[in-house]
Amino acid sequence: MVAHPPVIDLRRIVKTYASGEAEVHALRGVNVRIERGDFVAIMGASGSGKSTLMNIIGCLDVPTWGRYHLDGVDVRRLDDRQLAMVRNRKLGFVFQSFNLIPRTSALANVELPLAYRGVKRKERTERALAALDSVGLADRAGHLPTELSGGQQQRVAVARALVTHPSLVLADEPTGNLDTAATRDILDLFHRVHAEGRTIVLITHEPEVAHAAARVVRVSDGLIMSDERQTPRRFDTYSTAV
Amino acid sequence: MKLDSLRIALRGITANRLRSSLTVLGILIGVGAVIVLVAVGNGSSIAVQQRIESLGTNTLLINNRGRAGGGAQRTGTQTSLIQIDNGDIAALNDKTQAPDITSASPIVPVNGATATFNGATTTVGQFVGSDANYLTASARKVDAGRALTTDDITNHNRVVVLGRTTAANLFGTADALGQSIQINGVSFQVVGLQATKGSNGTQDLDDFAVAPYTAVQDTLTGAAGGYPQVIVQARTVAAENDAQAEIVTILDSRHHLSATATTPFTVLNQGSLLQTSQDTTQTFTVLLGAVAAISLLVGGIGVMNIMLVTVTERTREIGIRKAIGAPRSAVLGQFITEAVVLTIIGGLAGIAAGLIGSHFKIAGVTPVIAGYSIPLAFGVAVAVGLFFGIYPANRAASLRPIDALRHE
Repeated sequence: MVAHPPVIDLRRIVKTYASGEAEVHALRGVNVRIERGDFVAIMGASGSGKSTLMNIIGCLDVPTWGRYHLDGVDVRRLDDRQLAMVRNRKLGFVFQSFNLIPRTSALANVELPLAYRGVKRKERTERALAALDSVGLADRAGHLPTELSGGQQQRVAVARALVTHPSLVLADEPTGNLDTAATRDILDLFHRVHAEGRTIVLITHEPEVAHAAARVVRVSDGLIMSDERQTPRRFDTYSTAV
Repeated sequence: MKLDSLRIALRGITANRLRSSLTVLGILIGVGAVIVLVAVGNGSSIAVQQRIESLGTNTLLINNRGRAGGGAQRTGTQTSLIQIDNGDIAALNDKTQAPDITSASPIVPVNGATATFNGATTTVGQFVGSDANYLTASARKVDAGRALTTDDITNHNRVVVLGRTTAANLFGTADALGQSIQINGVSFQVVGLQATKGSNGTQDLDDFAVAPYTAVQDTLTGAAGGYPQVIVQARTVAAENDAQAEIVTILDSRHHLSATATTPFTVLNQGSLLQTSQDTTQTFTVLLGAVAAISLLVGGIGVMNIMLVTVTERTREIGIRKAIGAPRSAVLGQFITEAVVLTIIGGLAGIAAGLIGSHFKIAGVTPVIAGYSIPLAFGVAVAVGLFFGIYPANRAASLRPIDALRHE
């Protein structure tokens, strides 16, 4: 069997910001390997460096120091155009604030990454409709973001992240703006996506959300404090137990 | 993808209709102004040209400044005065001395001549005595009866050719030909009627009468003092300058005038007059066009302003697009397309406004649309959109996705 490279291979990642006079050390030497098919929650309090880590993983920011291989590709060697291509082909983003394009139908939002990749219109629509169907929103394809509930918007965002069949789905506090029922829907959706063999990295500060993952990486003060495997639990079993 | 960026651009434009319409209005006014103002310049140029051409384009007019012997001589530096006489006219008509002159006709004007017929009285706007070549030289035609002939001149016949206005004033709708009219109390027989010539802008060219100068001198003005004006017809329009030189040479040598002294006569060259007026109106057109171009430029700055606002407003959207893999070129294309679509809409509306606006008389000028002004104004508008769209679009494309996503 040919060994796949890990989806994420971060080595001694350092990120330093100049904040006025002072230097802020957001990350101080982080090593993380995430294999294909894993479901990882990165946990940490605000200011722990987890957002910086997520930005670096998502190729939205570059590390000050260290090496980052995404799906076997050294990201630091890529220029702007190639980074855009990597984000388009290898990554699927789900944001806390949904981040759908305003005044644009759910279908057009899901089609967008395919459009940037140059997929033909017909195929694009078919694939986008299939992705919407997989998140249970086939009947809302023509709706504008403002006509959808928060949970529905986030499901559209998940469909948009999945439509390109990315190597990695990167979710930044995906349930931060959702109520309990919608949170359960989204986490169930992630479970299903994970079961289909996709790699998911979920960033959160809520322990009950992190329980959904198979592995939890805790970040504090720019360093990894713990990295352990766990049995994923459904969100509602936890919340009803509280 | 091209169609997609167009669709995205249209969505961006319709997202804020009022703002987009105001921006379009700026371009509309600019393009419309270019078309209308250039049409006004063009129209006035054509009007002046027609006015001058109605006088005959290959004619020259010799004006004698004063008549020797008439009135008291003033002291001080004097321009020597001359009389232009029949000898001068003969010399000007001499083909060996003046090969570029077809004809030279003396003009004997009678100011304020009153014509009467059967109790009807009218003051003739322009009554002149001249010879058989006068009508041709001044670009007039006779379309009823006959023109003056050389026999009329030599025989001092008291005959007259009338303009249509003068004829109407005297005869109404009745036939004027063959009738005898009184001009300042002297009888002249109407032998011809001049074809309608219209107005030259200041003067009704049909309020006119011409009679043989011999007869006019006999009965109305007397022969003293020579001819105050001579109308000269050059061989061709191109030969006008040569003809002018020949006139000066002949008159200077016949009257012993030194070449350096101020000449007592002036030669008005219609061709150079036309050229001068064309140059002037050309300048006028360019000036109007420039003013309009400035308003187009201001419209362009409006586009840039609105695009900058749009980019700022949609920073987050740009961040999302970049996060899901929009390359720089796609973001650049999106905003440039938006700017260009705005100017294209403005340009088309401006052309429509310009075409409509050019139907109205503006400041007494009937605008004539210059064909080049439409593609020019439209092209400039689109170029302005491109130029002023590039900076905001570039700003959008250069945003780092992480900064753009954080933007509130």
